[in-house]
Amino acid sequence: MNRGKFLFLSLSLLLSSLTEVAAQTNGEGSQFLLNSLFVIAALVFFAIVIQVSDNLMAIEAKRIGADKEGNHFGLMPRFYELVGSKLPAYLKNERVIISKKGFDIPLEGKAESENLKVSVHRFAVNPANFKGISPIPKVVVEMGDSVKAGDPIFYDKSQPDFIFSSPVSGEIVEIKRGEKRAINEIVILADKTQQFKTFEKPNIATVSREELVKSLASSGLMTLFLQRPFNILPHLDIVPRDIFISTFDTAPLAPDLDYALKGQEIAFQAGCETLSKLTSGKVYLGLDGNGDSDAASIFTGVTGVEKYYFRGKHPIGNVGVQIHHIKPISPEDKVWTINVQDVAIIGKFMLEGIVDQSRTIAITGAELKNTGYAKVPFGASISDLLSSEEVTADHRIISGDVLSGTEVSKEGFVGFYDDQVTVVAEGKNYELFGWLLPLDMRPSVSKTFPGTLLGGVASAANTNNRGEKRAFVVTGEYDRLLPMDILPQQLFKAIVVNDVEKMENLGIHELVEEDVALCEFGCTSKQPLQSILRSGLDVIKAEG
Amino acid sequence: MKNSLLSFFLKIEPDKKKSPFMHTLYDGFFTFAFAPNHVTKGGVHVRDGMDLKRLMFHVVIALQLCYLFGTYNIGQQHFSALGMYEGFLEGFHLKIFYGLVQILPLFVVANVVGLGIEFFYAYKKGHGIEEGFLVSGALIPLVMPPALPLWILAISVAFAVIIGKEAFGGTGMNVLNIALLSRVFIFFAYPTTISGDDVWVAGLEKVDGVWTASYNFIVTGVLNPVFESFGWATYQNGIAVVDGYSGATPLSLAAKGGWEAVTARFTPEQMFWGNIPGSVGETHKLFVLMGAGLLLYLGIASWRIMVSMVLGLVVTGILLNMWDATPAMNVPWYYHFSMGSFLFAMAFMATDPVTAAATDRGKLIYGFFIGTIGLVIRVLNPAYPEGWMLAILFMNVFAPLIDHFVVEGHISKRKSRLTKLANS
Repeated sequence: MNRGKFLFLSLSLLLSSLTEVAAQTNGEGSQFLLNSLFVIAALVFFAIVIQVSDNLMAIEAKRIGADKEGNHFGLMPRFYELVGSKLPAYLKNERVIISKKGFDIPLEGKAESENLKVSVHRFAVNPANFKGISPIPKVVVEMGDSVKAGDPIFYDKSQPDFIFSSPVSGEIVEIKRGEKRAINEIVILADKTQQFKTFEKPNIATVSREELVKSLASSGLMTLFLQRPFNILPHLDIVPRDIFISTFDTAPLAPDLDYALKGQEIAFQAGCETLSKLTSGKVYLGLDGNGDSDAASIFTGVTGVEKYYFRGKHPIGNVGVQIHHIKPISPEDKVWTINVQDVAIIGKFMLEGIVDQSRTIAITGAELKNTGYAKVPFGASISDLLSSEEVTADHRIISGDVLSGTEVSKEGFVGFYDDQVTVVAEGKNYELFGWLLPLDMRPSVSKTFPGTLLGGVASAANTNNRGEKRAFVVTGEYDRLLPMDILPQQLFKAIVVNDVEKMENLGIHELVEEDVALCEFGCTSKQPLQSILRSGLDVIKAEG
Repeated sequence: MKNSLLSFFLKIEPDKKKSPFMHTLYDGFFTFAFAPNHVTKGGVHVRDGMDLKRLMFHVVIALQLCYLFGTYNIGQQHFSALGMYEGFLEGFHLKIFYGLVQILPLFVVANVVGLGIEFFYAYKKGHGIEEGFLVSGALIPLVMPPALPLWILAISVAFAVIIGKEAFGGTGMNVLNIALLSRVFIFFAYPTTISGDDVWVAGLEKVDGVWTASYNFIVTGVLNPVFESFGWATYQNGIAVVDGYSGATPLSLAAKGGWEAVTARFTPEQMFWGNIPGSVGETHKLFVLMGAGLLLYLGIASWRIMVSMVLGLVVTGILLNMWDATPAMNVPWYYHFSMGSFLFAMAFMATDPVTAAATDRGKLIYGFFIGTIGLVIRVLNPAYPEGWMLAILFMNVFAPLIDHFVVEGHISKRKSRLTKLANS
């Protein structure tokens, strides 16, 4: 809004000065005087019109009560709007990183702040959720076996100590195999009352790093960490430079993590202390600085970590963007990231000696009758979660958000790292002049859409591709959507032509798919940027 | 209505294997009428509503005022050469229809030739028809002289699209701006049709050493009877131009006699409001500015290029004013905005994203040099008094080099940032 007003002002100034220059004539003084008078009269006239409409706008805003929260309505910007808004008081003495880049996709279907009544019976562990393990893991359970929550299901053949454990207690009812006997899903039918395997509790204060890693790996909790570059499971022998946690999610329809972690202060604090044992560096916490009031006390009150506030639009809540601003990764570095809810899971393990991998996941999407939250262990069955909804072939179910989530079938399961399920409509319809005169609202970065021009009207998006794939034409559009000091378009072109040195120089190791997902959303040429990035990362990883 | 149109379209779809060319053609028109039903697969699930068609079309919308005034101005310049209908509304229908008779063939030929080649290459390469020519086809008629022979236009468009674009790989791959490439082709191959004082006003022919009005069959055979039936004024062959008439543009006057010679013939307002001879679409400065404003507001064109181009012109203009060695140098720098096609080149030509520099900093450098070089050519070149076409093409060639250095600078900045933060 501020920029629009500024543009309006400067444009009108420019126009008036140009008219003035154009109105000047050589020599004839009287003619010049007359013209100047005319210009002044025109300016005064327009000023009056603007002033009157300005007041009318303010009156109307007062009438409908829209000017409550100190919003300023009117054409003319106030001075402080021109020089930039002030930071809220709670950010005054904090480390704040502000970015003007990015875009919050306005979508309908945000999760209501209430827990839905769902009962999930089937859970699955899917080796494909884990990046960076050897292709076919060694399964240690058989059909019909009973397991407790925390019992091993399979392990990575290259690191036999790295256990992947069961989310719930129950019976193994299915081991789905794919091509070349690859394991697709190991399905567990949950018991009515959950039983947890009890582990020996490591003492947070005295435990050595080696013992701690061993304990976490044997209980299946090392799987919660991801190692960058490449976003893969960490290697047990590697000591990460730092560990980063983002405490807020800016992705479309993302869960409110304050809500998700309510009441878990002690576990979260214990988790953070455990993390600081695992790294040779520090544990960094990225806090939400967008609100008018401070982030939730569970995050601000935690001790023993470095806190940074972030203020801006999506993808500022992505941990990769935060790492870039706090302490970027060089190609030689290894850092770990972990989801904020998983920190509390580790904390609970340290305090109680059980593996309770329950997370609060958001069930979102404009196509649903009821949106909200559900607290379930990972790998929950989609059909159980959405049992009260009518989901048809005209809908797409996404485990994760609409930008970087994965499509799952109704018979599928929520992905291991996902804390969100989104349902959107499939856009399999032809639209008459859809590219020119769209009849329904659709999200866009571009101001050529009235919804964006009005400041982001939320819409129920569908999965239509909105055009066909083209060569890179527009320049600079990715730069506006990636709040990092990286030249995205040049990087993508380097990946496409397989120029390894340039990829590294341009900072490919700082990026993972979710960071460029917004660029892919906004790409006019409909390029598959996430898969381009992954192919580049694979090349770099293979080069070693 | 919509559904019957859709089912009609789906019914007439030609077989892709049997008649691939027809299928390409069909696909082009079908995707124009209907946004396809493709859904996202892998990657993001929801896409931005913006696509290349929509983007290009908004540039075309921004050009519409230029088209409107260009059409009128062809007639206006024609009649003011004859000393008739000098007022804005006098003989309005004559001016508008005469403009249409000139501009429609330009538009049709440019688009038929250009799109025809695009369709052919799309079929040959087996991909969909891309939108690149949508803007080029709208720009080309606007940068041509109104009386350009159509066969020359056809050759130049063919040259620009085949050599300039398809040879490099199609939309998004070209090094040089297509519209300017077609213009520069005429400039070098048929210079007499695009330079000098005699080409900027349409419909005049030299008979016995005197320029007189001459109309083609459509004007005398079709339009005249219609106007007659309404009892309106008609076109009359053979009227001689007014005494002392010259079709010189402000720029050619400035090249010969400096600012004095310009003001002897045109007032600055006249140049701003576009009542001067010139290429079809560039004369009305306010309409060009409004188009530029629309592109800036919608975020389609780069403000960096526009601002730095203005800066380049201002700096160079002031320096040339101070030097003041030739008549052309004494034109006050601020009048360079309203003479010739600077604003049009700035708004629509230099900002072409494919041929401009791609990095933000590169755009600033790119625009500044266009402003500088263009004005140097305009003021110092004795043979041709306009410089933006050549300056933009010149900088098109240098844009990758500029980007290369900007990227190198970025890389070394990244490295030093990494070491700084690693040691902190």
